[in-house]
Amino acid sequence: MEHLEFDFPASTDSSRQTPARRDSVLVGVVSSGNLEVLVEQASLAGGCRVIVDTSIRGYGAIWQAVLADFVKRYRPRDVLVSINDAGASPAVVSLRLDQAYEDFQGDAA
Amino acid sequence: MTTADISTVRRSYYEATGRQRIAALLDRDSFHEWIGPRERVTSPHLKLFDVPVSFDDGVIVGRGTLDGKRVFIVAQEGGFMGGSVGEVHGAKITGVLRRALIDRPHGVLLLLESGGVRLHEANAGLIAVSEILHALLALRAAGIPVAALIGGAYGCFGGMSIVAHCCNAIVISELGRIGLSGPEVIETVAGVEEFDSRDLALVWRTVGGKSRYLLGDASRLVPDDIPAFRAAASAALLLSRALDLENLERDHECLAVRLNFYGDCKDAEEIWSRMGIISSRQVALLDEAELVELAQSLPNRKVI
Amino acid sequence: MNWEKLVNELFPEGHSVNRAGEMLRGEGKVNGATVAVIGTTDHAYIGVELALALAGEILNVIRSFPKRPILFLADTRGQRLSRRDELLGINVYLAHLSSSLALARSRRHRVIGLAYDEAVSGGFLAGGMMAEITVALPEVHVRVMDTTAMARVMRIPIERMLELERNSPVFATEAGSLHQLGGIAEIWNGNLAEHLQKVLVSPPEAVDTRAEKGYARGGRLYAAPVISRVCKHA
Repeated sequence: MEHLEFDFPASTDSSRQTPARRDSVLVGVVSSGNLEVLVEQASLAGGCRVIVDTSIRGYGAIWQAVLADFVKRYRPRDVLVSINDAGASPAVVSLRLDQAYEDFQGDAA
Repeated sequence: MTTADISTVRRSYYEATGRQRIAALLDRDSFHEWIGPRERVTSPHLKLFDVPVSFDDGVIVGRGTLDGKRVFIVAQEGGFMGGSVGEVHGAKITGVLRRALIDRPHGVLLLLESGGVRLHEANAGLIAVSEILHALLALRAAGIPVAALIGGAYGCFGGMSIVAHCCNAIVISELGRIGLSGPEVIETVAGVEEFDSRDLALVWRTVGGKSRYLLGDASRLVPDDIPAFRAAASAALLLSRALDLENLERDHECLAVRLNFYGDCKDAEEIWSRMGIISSRQVALLDEAELVELAQSLPNRKVI
Repeated sequence: MNWEKLVNELFPEGHSVNRAGEMLRGEGKVNGATVAVIGTTDHAYIGVELALALAGEILNVIRSFPKRPILFLADTRGQRLSRRDELLGINVYLAHLSSSLALARSRRHRVIGLAYDEAVSGGFLAGGMMAEITVALPEVHVRVMDTTAMARVMRIPIERMLELERNSPVFATEAGSLHQLGGIAEIWNGNLAEHLQKVLVSPPEAVDTRAEKGYARGGRLYAAPVISRVCKHA
């Protein structure tokens, strides 16, 4: 198993500062080739933290890229994302992140 | 606490995750989870095997309402380690059953999807299943109804198949399977002549929902449709099955008769034929409504 | 331990326990009172017939001898692995056995499960472990599954599996491990008759305390707190 942590500081782009509607959201299942994503409100000075526990080692750079892309798209503020991963592809990771965050924001998106 | 998929709830029970099933079965927004994923009560044993954990250890438990009546609910997530029972997973289920003894809800729903004891937790898993059995039978003794729902991809095997049969009633779909030892295990130990686990038609004739329903081991057979499961679950909670001598002696008699009538049958088709089903080969082709009608016409079918 | 030696040691006042195939049944005297004895021998594989026969014996006791204590002697290699047993619904027969033992308890029969040789998987789960109190002789082997099969299913090398069995009570097969996890209440060494007498005069355990025992003994640190937490949640 590999444990990874990523911190994305607060964005200065105020036009995307949408308050989250729910306390937390969970999507996905930890089955082979899949992952679960837990999105929670957190006090992070406006930033976003992502914690990943994955069964496939050595893909830190890919996680960084996928997560950076997610953060760029949604500019999540004060959000903690926690992931248990069983070898999902970057495309599946991206999909789950989007699903989770869209639901987290609800109609306010 | 919610899931991203509530807005896209599908009708198929088989395709749905444990969380989706709960959301669609219970009255809208009535579900309140106990020890949810945010609490991160995960398995302490899996790190030994470099295997990922799941925030809810593969089982979702809580309370809600079904047609306005208060129920407790458990849904095993087959996708996580085959729904297998580990220390935490099992304790969540036992907790719900013990709480039901105190709170006395209208009923308890067990959405079972499991391969049985989680091998990665061996002895701890075995005791966990036993604790579930004890707590469940205490509910039967107290007259609080528990219904088992079976219809997921992983089926209901191992010790959890014993748990299923200690409930008041089992609701199963034709995609559901229930058995003690999986066909692969039997094939590995006793050879392919004993059980060819790749012969899917054989597997379904032996442990599939239709077979179990015809034998009287499930009280309701439903299509793979969550609303159908919901209606059947609601009705199942009204079925009394007191843990008393009269009922157990009646069950005993039925089980003895089963061995007399069908004990030398080589295959389910032979059983169905002896039940009085003229074209037993057609059973596989009937849909669930036709099969239910057929079953009701059989003089000897008794639900255990 | 051989079953005959076992019952002789358990019942110095006398007993009528005999075997019929792989099933044991009869009565024994403890302090003048009669105890029903039901169980298995020869590391029996429990299939539909044996499960039904065992349940039948228990139901007989409930029907004919109110409150008579039941000693369930467990020696099993687990459920019988056959297509026929699955076809006929072995899980239903084992559930029936478990239910019979639970009914006995709810009707105030003391039910003691004694594992005396092999205690494996579904056979042990449905029988010996359904007692009010489960005890074991020190030489008992408890298993969920055969070691080689387990290693194969889990996809780990056999050496690793054996190492786990040596080092962890979660995987070890001796009775002491299950005791540490709370699954077994007592290990019976020495004078078996004395152990049996002591249990029979002690007050019955109305609730399942195995999780608490596992916690107190350090073998299972999560089960009891999780059960408690579910019970106390809003």
